[in-house]
Amino acid sequence: MRHPGDPILAISLEPKLSWRTIKSFVMSGLMIAAFVAITIPLVLIIYSLVARGAPVALKAFPDFFTAAIPIVSRRSGPGMGPAIVGTLLCTGGATLIAVPLGILGAVYLHEYGKMSAFARLVRFMAMVMTGVPSIVMGLFVYVLWTMRFGYSAFGGALALACLMLPIVIGATEQMLRLVPDHMREAAYALGATKSRVILTVVLPAALPGILSGCLLAVARAAGETAPLLFTIGAATAYNPHLFENANTALSVQIFGNATSSFAAAQERAWGAALTLVVLTFLLTLVARIVAARFAAKR
Amino acid sequence: MLQTALTEPTRPSQPGYRDSASDIPMAAATEAHALFVLDKLEVFYGSFRAVRDVTLQIHANEITAFIGPSGCGKTTVLRCLNRMNDLIPGARVGGTIAYHGIDLYGDEVSATEVRRRIGMVFQKPNPFPKSIYENIAYGPRINGVRDRGKLDQIVEKSLRAAALWDEVKDRLHGSALAMSGGQQQRLCIARTIAVEPEVVLMDEPCSALDPIATARIEELMRELKRTYTIVIVTHNMQQAARVSDRTAFFTAELDPKAERRTGVLVEYDTTSRIFSNPRDERTENYITGRFG
Repeated sequence: MRHPGDPILAISLEPKLSWRTIKSFVMSGLMIAAFVAITIPLVLIIYSLVARGAPVALKAFPDFFTAAIPIVSRRSGPGMGPAIVGTLLCTGGATLIAVPLGILGAVYLHEYGKMSAFARLVRFMAMVMTGVPSIVMGLFVYVLWTMRFGYSAFGGALALACLMLPIVIGATEQMLRLVPDHMREAAYALGATKSRVILTVVLPAALPGILSGCLLAVARAAGETAPLLFTIGAATAYNPHLFENANTALSVQIFGNATSSFAAAQERAWGAALTLVVLTFLLTLVARIVAARFAAKR
Repeated sequence: MLQTALTEPTRPSQPGYRDSASDIPMAAATEAHALFVLDKLEVFYGSFRAVRDVTLQIHANEITAFIGPSGCGKTTVLRCLNRMNDLIPGARVGGTIAYHGIDLYGDEVSATEVRRRIGMVFQKPNPFPKSIYENIAYGPRINGVRDRGKLDQIVEKSLRAAALWDEVKDRLHGSALAMSGGQQQRLCIARTIAVEPEVVLMDEPCSALDPIATARIEELMRELKRTYTIVIVTHNMQQAARVSDRTAFFTAELDPKAERRTGVLVEYDTTSRIFSNPRDERTENYITGRFG
């Protein structure tokens, strides 16, 4: 034992090679390996998309993004213009339907219904809806809408909205749960009504998270093919009308062209795939910037 | 809605009104300015009785302190005074609380209207994740103040009243979350008084703050009691002794029926009396540090 005043013996602050440090080292190594492993597919996807899609899209720039789709698919050359418009129409329409409904639904579930029987049923149904295959959503809308009103981008929007709805509800409810109760209490203590508290405190605080959830849903919907197959029909020319006539979408074009036996069509599929990814990326970017601006203002 | 008789609260306006507790003539003061009259108040959370038999009166323009060990129901009673307990599922109130003679839990009374008049400052500073200005303007806005000039005035007045104006006047539009804990708590007080309540309830407002910040808030409370009636829950006996005019001592008793501890009011008197000459042995044990 050392007494006060004794000379301090030489100490070492260098790490000792104990079981604990070895374990820490191994675990860190495993985590890095896992990160690398999940990055590989992502890098490969982006690499092959750019390597095979970029030449197609840039060779005929900007025609690839503006020209109509060749009616005869073995003919080489641009473009994907109508498909881009179709994707924007379907996804945009679906967003306009699913995001307000989903957010309102989640607000009901978390702020009003809570653990009541009805809220629990709705929550359960939303969960089940998440697991419904997208092609079933397509069939559902086909029976409900398309058989009566014919092919249109709106039918596709409806099918995609069914797909987005449970994602938006789930993400929003999760975010509302993260808003601390003391913030609600602060507003109540100032004499705010419940609706006021939700509108002015809870939703603004949860907004960045809600936006992320919605973007995830939009990105998911933009890439869906199956629900569009029987709801929007097929088209090669521009159709900017939401409610009239058959339309097309990038995902549908990718599917059709990639399964074609003609090299020219397969090339267009690569180009369309790259276009879809870039489109989704741009959308995410814009939404993030808007959200950051909004957050800074508050 | 509270009855219209309540829209113009009667406030003694002379500054320095009744500064020290010791000079209150007991009998005269009991009835004179009884703002709240609690009669056999009890609160249940589900089937659990958290507190029972609270009978006391809270007087206008005084600071009333609730002290006692953890779990004795003092915060529960405080939260009944502006019906914040309504927000807790399963909370139920027995007995009566009269505010200006009106039963706070009566059918005609709106909890929203009650909270507009009876503000609350919480244990943890809880500013909104908005700017300092927007935090203060929130209350007036929800009460219908739209005019920018009027809002500017309210913000400045409230921040001055909370002794915060000089520290933040150059960054009113900066985030409230960037302030220190003590500043945040004073912001919360400013936010509360921006809606011009009659009563400010404080639930351990200094427990997350350092001694210097605590001293500032206590000083502020002494200022504020000229205009407002303050009820404070505190774990800090010295704080109760320093700032309050009256003190209620609560303790937890084993409920023979429920096998759980239920809060009871042991003694309520002027602060000087509670701390110098308590009538109940339990109070004496607590304030001398032998228990709790």
